[in-house]
Order: sequence, then structure tokens, then C-alpha cells
Amino acid sequence: MGFVLFFILAALMVGAAAGVVLCRHPVRSAMCLVMTLFVMAVFFIFLDADFVAALQVVVYAGAIMVVFLFVIMLLNLQGDPDPRRARGGFVALGLSVLFALVLLYLLKGVGALLPGPGMATDVPAGFGSTETVGLRLFTHYLLQFEITGLLMLASVIGAVVLAKRRIG
Amino acid sequence: MVPTTYYIALSAIVFSIGIIGVLVRRNAIVMFLSIELMLNAANLAFVAFARQLASIDGQVIVFFVMTVAAAEAAVGLAIIIAVFRHRATINADELRLLRW
Repeated sequence: MGFVLFFILAALMVGAAAGVVLCRHPVRSAMCLVMTLFVMAVFFIFLDADFVAALQVVVYAGAIMVVFLFVIMLLNLQGDPDPRRARGGFVALGLSVLFALVLLYLLKGVGALLPGPGMATDVPAGFGSTETVGLRLFTHYLLQFEITGLLMLASVIGAVVLAKRRIG
Repeated sequence: MVPTTYYIALSAIVFSIGIIGVLVRRNAIVMFLSIELMLNAANLAFVAFARQLASIDGQVIVFFVMTVAAAEAAVGLAIIIAVFRHRATINADELRLLRW
């Protein structure tokens, strides 16, 4: 993946992510997030994570975002006041920029820890395929996988109970 | 080949944008969307490190993060619907019952 392509996609992703925060209407924020997720999936493909990229598009951009849009439209929310004039916006912006700078500063240390100057050039054949990820998931991470199933069951029951109960 | 640090830097920037979203926006759903943004930034870091170390574990973790995000979205949106029914608003400034 060339540097030019990386920077174009990175600019696209940062722009879409900023759109999530800056759009006044929640539906537009959600669509900006979908855009971010798609660009993220492209990055995953470039990083030899084919299965995760497919999962990103199908589960994240597909299923989870549809639930978000469904709730936004169900509640029929009007647009918010302009987020650029939000109370305490500058403090939040300052804190976040400071946080980003600290993260980027720490990155220098991370870069020194990583073996070699750049990306490992050779990965095993089939790295990131469904087979490789699935094999690891269902052998080494089997217990965690089962616990995840329990978590999903609990969240489904919790969501149904919360959304169905009549309050007040 | 783009170095891993570039991906991690991008991940840090997107994560910070998510933090801005949670801090600035008062709409509960947009705050949720910003949290999803942060989870995705973490995913990008995981996948980049998995590629760097040629280890599949990072991608398995991304699978788990996605499951947790789905569970969180389901329960969180159910809570938002319940709150909206009760208060007819999801503006975080107006939900001050637990604030002291």
C-alpha cells in the first residue's frame, strides 16, 4: 500500500470521523460513521485482515449501524444545536488535542519497541483468512468465545426487558 | 510499505475525535456513535499490531471487540428508548437525576 493511497484514505477517515462529531442531525452523524467504518475495512484489507474486514462491513456497517439508524428514526429526533458552539467545547477540544499529542508522543516509544524498521514483510500464507482466525478462535480462545455467547444472550435479554417495560 | 506507527497514529487521532464527540455532544445517540468511533480506533491498532507481529491473536481480539460493541449497542439503545419514553428527551444535560 503506497503512502499516497494511505494518506488519501486517512484524510477520508479523519474527515468522516470529524463529521460524526460535527453534523447536527444524528442521521448524518450515523452515515458519517458508516463511511468511517468502510474506510476502516479498506485499511483492514491492506493489513491482511480479510476476515475482519468482511466482518467490519457485514456486522458493523450492516447490522449495528442499522440498529442505530432504526432507533434514531424511531425517536424522530430533530437536529441538535450547532456542536461548534457547544458549552465547554473549547475545553473538550483542548483536552482531546492534548490527549492525542500524548498518544502520539508515546508512539515514539512504541516505534522503538517494534522489531525492525517497518511492517513485517512476510506473513504466513492465509494470514487473516477465515480459516486462520477461526482455527485460533475455536482452539485457543474457545472459553472466551463461549463467554462471548453468554454476553450476547445477556444483552439480548436485557435489551428486550428494558425496551418492553412500561415506565411510570 | 506504510510503517505500523502511521496506522497507530491514525488510530490515536480517530480515538481523540471520538473523545471530543463524547465530551462535546449532548445527544445520547451521538455520544454512542462517538464511543463506536473509539472502539474502531482501538480495532485499527489491534489489526496493525497483528500485521506487524505476524500474529493472528490481534484479529481474534477485534472479533471480541465487535461482539462487545454489538452487545453494548443493543443494551445502550434500549436504555435510550426507555429514557426517551420516560422523559421525552435524550439530551444528556437534562438527565440529571443522578447528578449531585
